[in-house]
Amino acid sequence: MNKIHVNTEVNGDDVEFLCDPRETLLDALRDQLNLTGAKEGCGTGDCGACSITLDDRLVCSCLVLGVEAEGKRIGTVEGIANGEDLHPLQQKFIEYAALQCGICTPGILVATEALLKKTPDPTETQVRYWLAGNLCRCTGYDKIIRAVMDTARDLRENS
Amino acid sequence: MDYHKPGSFEEATEIANNNNGITRFLAGGTDVLVQLRSDVLTPDVLIDMKHIEGVKDISFDDDGWHIGIAVSGAEMSEHKQLTKEWPGVVEAMDLIGSTQVQGRATLVGNLCNGSPAADAVPSLIAARAQVTVTGHNGTRTVNVEDIPVGPGKTSLLKGELVSALHLPKRTKNEADAYLRFIPRTEMDIAVVGCAVNLEIENDVIINARVSLGAVAPTALLLKTAAEKIIGSKLDDNALDQLAQEASKACKPINDKRGTIKFRTHVAGVLAKRTAKIAYDRARAVR
Repeated sequence: MNKIHVNTEVNGDDVEFLCDPRETLLDALRDQLNLTGAKEGCGTGDCGACSITLDDRLVCSCLVLGVEAEGKRIGTVEGIANGEDLHPLQQKFIEYAALQCGICTPGILVATEALLKKTPDPTETQVRYWLAGNLCRCTGYDKIIRAVMDTARDLRENS
Repeated sequence: MDYHKPGSFEEATEIANNNNGITRFLAGGTDVLVQLRSDVLTPDVLIDMKHIEGVKDISFDDDGWHIGIAVSGAEMSEHKQLTKEWPGVVEAMDLIGSTQVQGRATLVGNLCNGSPAADAVPSLIAARAQVTVTGHNGTRTVNVEDIPVGPGKTSLLKGELVSALHLPKRTKNEADAYLRFIPRTEMDIAVVGCAVNLEIENDVIINARVSLGAVAPTALLLKTAAEKIIGSKLDDNALDQLAQEASKACKPINDKRGTIKFRTHVAGVLAKRTAKIAYDRARAVR
């Protein structure tokens, strides 16, 4: 099987990798680029643990092929913090204890960051619907929703 | 598996036609990749359609709306004029999957996947949507209801592909709606789906299309049910007859999501509710 050479941009950096056409973007990120923030939960697009942005559009990286990344702009959880400084969302998640085992957390951070870029003043209902594709089996969601609502409030007040 | 990125529909159909194994077309990938990953199906040839010019465009001209085959659900929902003119089609597409799935899933993918429970398909049938089919011998125009022929099966021939989707031009007094029943509030597959598309004149329905999903091997176009509300102002009597005809048309299966009896009953309930929404929308000033 011939591997395909892919040029793409991840968190602002130009990167390249070789991948089998059957390989998902999630596997390429984790195995070729050592970006292990995105997790494989279900592998069928139901759980959202592998959420990334592809040209600023929130997607499940398990449902994207590595070869489809050619010429695209990818954002992963590794790009959310500014060096050692956590993103306000990350700080709030710690403050609110909005995570336990942490498997779903990278996907939820990427998803909520995408939501707040698009909708800086979401209602709780909007946040819950937006995150319907991000499953968490530990927290019962309430702490996550409160952390997101509080971050949105802070970001609005500071902007 | 060979991966191809053709630059035209003709090139895509040529690749598909020359392959004697399994061919799959990749647009949003939310069905194809799930099948690939769960080892249900590994294509010999995968044809990525997203590099063909115009496939991401939503456009409008004298013939109506044209929706590119790789336009995602999120892109449709963000299109204000399309949402205003075809709220039923947009809300049906928007019900499919999560935010993440909406970022990739496409109308034509939903149609060609051939699921009897596809949410967008009843809305497209009610809308009188048509698709352009490109094949070895040129193109043909096909009504959406003639594409699915059974669960996972379409009427497309070897090498043929859907190259465009068209929605008719709207007049002022038309509107559509789509409702589905699922046991939860989000992220589930339809137990019953219902789409209604109406045209009214002085509050009287002069044209109606009713379609049901998930109650038969393919989505159904209910001609008799539509006739029951044409000429009415959607009074209780007309609604009851609509519900009766909708339930009568069902040929559902029992499965974990719903029994035959439940699906048959819910089809009638949803037909009434969907018709009311479409009627109210048609009466509202645009």
